Amino acid sequence: MSDRIIEPRTVLPRDEFLAGVRAELPILLGVIPFGLIFGAVAVSAGLPVSLAQAMSVVIFAGSAQFIAAELIGVGTPALVLLLTTLIVNLRHLLYSASLAPHVNKLPLRWKMLLAYLMTDEAYAVTIIHYTEGRTPPATRHWFFLGAGMALWVTWQTTTAIGIFLGASIPATWSLDFALALTFIGLVVPTLRNRPHTAAALTAGLVAVLAASWPYKLGLIAAALSGILIGTVLESFDRPAPELLNLDRESNQ
Amino acid sequence: MNTLMMALAILGMGLITYAIRVSLFLLPDRVSLPPWLLRSLRYVPAAVLTAIIFPELLLPQGTIDFSLGNERLLAGVCAILIAWRTRNVFLTVVLGLIILWLLQTYNPW
Repeated sequence: MSDRIIEPRTVLPRDEFLAGVRAELPILLGVIPFGLIFGAVAVSAGLPVSLAQAMSVVIFAGSAQFIAAELIGVGTPALVLLLTTLIVNLRHLLYSASLAPHVNKLPLRWKMLLAYLMTDEAYAVTIIHYTEGRTPPATRHWFFLGAGMALWVTWQTTTAIGIFLGASIPATWSLDFALALTFIGLVVPTLRNRPHTAAALTAGLVAVLAASWPYKLGLIAAALSGILIGTVLESFDRPAPELLNLDRESNQ
Repeated sequence: MNTLMMALAILGMGLITYAIRVSLFLLPDRVSLPPWLLRSLRYVPAAVLTAIIFPELLLPQGTIDFSLGNERLLAGVCAILIAWRTRNVFLTVVLGLIILWLLQTYNPW
C-alpha cells in the first residue's frame, strides 16, 4: 500500500457511501422482483401483514425468508425453523470470515451495524472494494454501509409493495413457483465443477426421496448429504482457486 | 401456529442469522476458521438451494410426478437451461413463469 503514489490521502465518508450505493445499483435490479415476490408469498402462506414485513427487518436474508414463510405456512415446529435457518444461512459465516480482517479496527457499534447489513449482495461489491484498496482504509467502511443501506431500503420497500399486491394476486398465477425459479437462477451458474454439481444433485435426490418426512426435515438431511459429498469429492480433486484466495484474505 | 409463536420464531431466526453474520467480526484477530470448515461451507448454497428446488419440480402435488403432464417439471427444466445459458436470475424467473403459464393453459400432453 505504502508504495502507491497517486493514492488520495483522504476521501470524504459521504463519497465512499455514495460509491457503495452506486456499486449496488445493478444488483438491485434483480432484488426488486425478488422482494415483491417474497411479500406476496409470505401473505399467501398465511403470515399476518405485520409479521411478513417484520421478517424482512428482523431476518433480512431473502432465501431463508422464503423457506421460513413456506414452513410457517404448513405449521412447522419452531425448533425445525431455527435449524433450517441455521443451515440455509451458514454461508454468511464464510462472508464474515472474509470481511473480518477489514473491519477489525472499527468500533464495536460499526461492526454490529455492518454485520446486520451483510447479505450476499452487499458482500459481493464490498469485498471487491476492500481487496482493490484504491481508497484510504480509514473511510472504506462507509462504502460497505452505502452498499448495505441501498439493499436494505430496497428490500424493505419491495417487501411492503409485495405484501400490498399479494392479496390481489390470484393463486392460478402460480407465483409461488418464483421461489424455485429464483433459486434455479442463483444456483445453476455456481455449478462450475464436479464437486459442486455432485453436491447439488445429491442434495436434490435426497430431498425428493425424503420429501414425505414431517416438517421438511428431509431438507436438512438433503443439505447435509450434499455438503458431505461435495467436500469428500473435492478432497480427491485439486483445491478450487477461490478457496485459496479466501484463505489468504482471512489469514491477513 | 398462532401469531405470538410466529413472532417468536421470526425473532429466533433473526437472532441466529445475525449471530452467524457478526460471529467472526467479534473474534480476536488471530482466530480464524479451520480450512476443512471453510471448504465445507462452500457447498452449502448449492446443496441447500437444490434441496429446495427438486421437490418443487418433482412433487408439485406431494407425490412424485415424472410425467409430461407435470408442468412445473417442464418449466423448471427450461429454467435450468435458461439459467445455464444466460446466468441471469431475473430472466430465469420471468421466462420460467411465462413458460409455466403457457404450459398450464396449452399443455399438449
